[in-house]
Amino acid sequence: MKNGHTSDSDSARASSGRASRRPPRRERYSALQLVSKGLSGGDWPRVWEHRDLERRYDVVIIGGGLHGLATAYYLAAHHGIRNVAVLDKGYLGGGGSGRNTAILRSNYLTPEGVRFYDRSLKLYEDLAGELNFNVMFSQRGHLTLAHNDGALRTMRWRAEVNKLQGIDSEVIGPDEIKRLVPRLDTSDEARYPILGALYHPPGGIIRHDAVVWGYARAAGRLGVHLHQNTEVTGIDVQNGSVTGVRTNRGTIAAGTVVNCTAGWSTLISDMAGVDMPVTTSPLQAAVTEPVKPFLDTVVVSGTLHVYVSQTDRGELVFGASVDPFTSYSTRGSLEFVEGLASNVLKLMPSLSKMRLLRQWAGLCDMTPDYSPIMGATPVQGFFVDVGWGTYGFKAGPVAGEAMAEHIATDRVPEIIAPFGLDRFETGRLVGEKGAAAVGH
Amino acid sequence: MIQIPCPWCGPRNVTEFHHYGPSATRPSVADTTVEGWHRYLYFRANPLGPVEESWYHAAGCRRFVAVVRDTHSNQITPAEGAER
Repeated sequence: MKNGHTSDSDSARASSGRASRRPPRRERYSALQLVSKGLSGGDWPRVWEHRDLERRYDVVIIGGGLHGLATAYYLAAHHGIRNVAVLDKGYLGGGGSGRNTAILRSNYLTPEGVRFYDRSLKLYEDLAGELNFNVMFSQRGHLTLAHNDGALRTMRWRAEVNKLQGIDSEVIGPDEIKRLVPRLDTSDEARYPILGALYHPPGGIIRHDAVVWGYARAAGRLGVHLHQNTEVTGIDVQNGSVTGVRTNRGTIAAGTVVNCTAGWSTLISDMAGVDMPVTTSPLQAAVTEPVKPFLDTVVVSGTLHVYVSQTDRGELVFGASVDPFTSYSTRGSLEFVEGLASNVLKLMPSLSKMRLLRQWAGLCDMTPDYSPIMGATPVQGFFVDVGWGTYGFKAGPVAGEAMAEHIATDRVPEIIAPFGLDRFETGRLVGEKGAAAVGH
Repeated sequence: MIQIPCPWCGPRNVTEFHHYGPSATRPSVADTTVEGWHRYLYFRANPLGPVEESWYHAAGCRRFVAVVRDTHSNQITPAEGAER
């Protein structure tokens, strides 16, 4: 049976080998298809096609995560640039895209940051329709707790900046917080009493793997080549212009190379001889066993270095601040679990009997001002979309859209103009430390 | 668990220390360029592999400790020429 199946699919592949360069037949996902395939037991087509590695592409994107795939998708969809390859040394979405805690929000601190992240949130709102892929975006509201006067002042500041940019964001008191999240200990007796919170109703959580797969499928359908297990080992630069990349599967010529990696972004930029003001630190996260739904919103506490949300399956997802030293190690630590459990119980004492299922770590490329670095570099044709610290996932769609426009038109879109590499020479930093992450 | 070999206290848990990283030489304000100053402020080497760096034993002897740490495996050995 198994042999018969294998030879069947082999012969099918051989007969269609000649036509494999043609984009595959477009098949839309729909409820009708789900029912008909469910009843007939029909096979679903591969989500993205395997293509042979070519020796030349117009654009080579290094990093097959959300940012790389989104850039490729918008290059093909908005600008008609389809001779594009996305290379990943592992599998698609295996880095930061699959390790974040899937929280989306736009209540940042600087006008530049707020505008940028809010564009991303808008793109996320329409993403399922655009990609024809259920990304399970749940806009359940986002609470950032303030446990002291300083934090409360920052929340008020953020709320005012947000409102000026037309974003739904306000400071609420303990009674309102208790109504939204009954399990929170909002009493005066808490170790860190809750004085108020920044409430951001459009924030929420999403299924991060689905976002990656949706972009991969949509980009693949437009003719983008997705190459997994293809590690870039060098970047060729001649007379100040990029000419191609070297990989473990041979050399690829390309006039445009985009560094969309996270964690390894300085190592890739080093290959092109471009210095980055970036250091890499791990960030750890953990998930509990599933329980009945009780937590409707995302809850963040900067003072306690923790953020919590409940997935559709019922697990609680916890994240923390970055580990307090630079490292490329993605090994979890016991100190993290101990600290996390203690801090979560200060917020919600009734969770004391819940068990953790697993913990993991992802790599965060931290920049001095907690804002990303996007745009051209001193090497002609070598672009970067890096330095995504702890805020890369929520910015994926807008970063892809803007980077694609930048590459296609050779003009810097206004929305990413403040985030160029040159800001570290002019000193025009975009300080987001107060809103980008917890525990800084 | 990561342990740091403190020359004064012996091997201690990493949570007792503050990470200071590779030391950067502060350029003289009198004869540095604006670009040189910005490089000193913002740019740090971020290698994958062994790095010589300093840690501050905040919850111990409160002295600086020089070590070589592999940033991939977090294996730590005392830096060559470290005190004691």
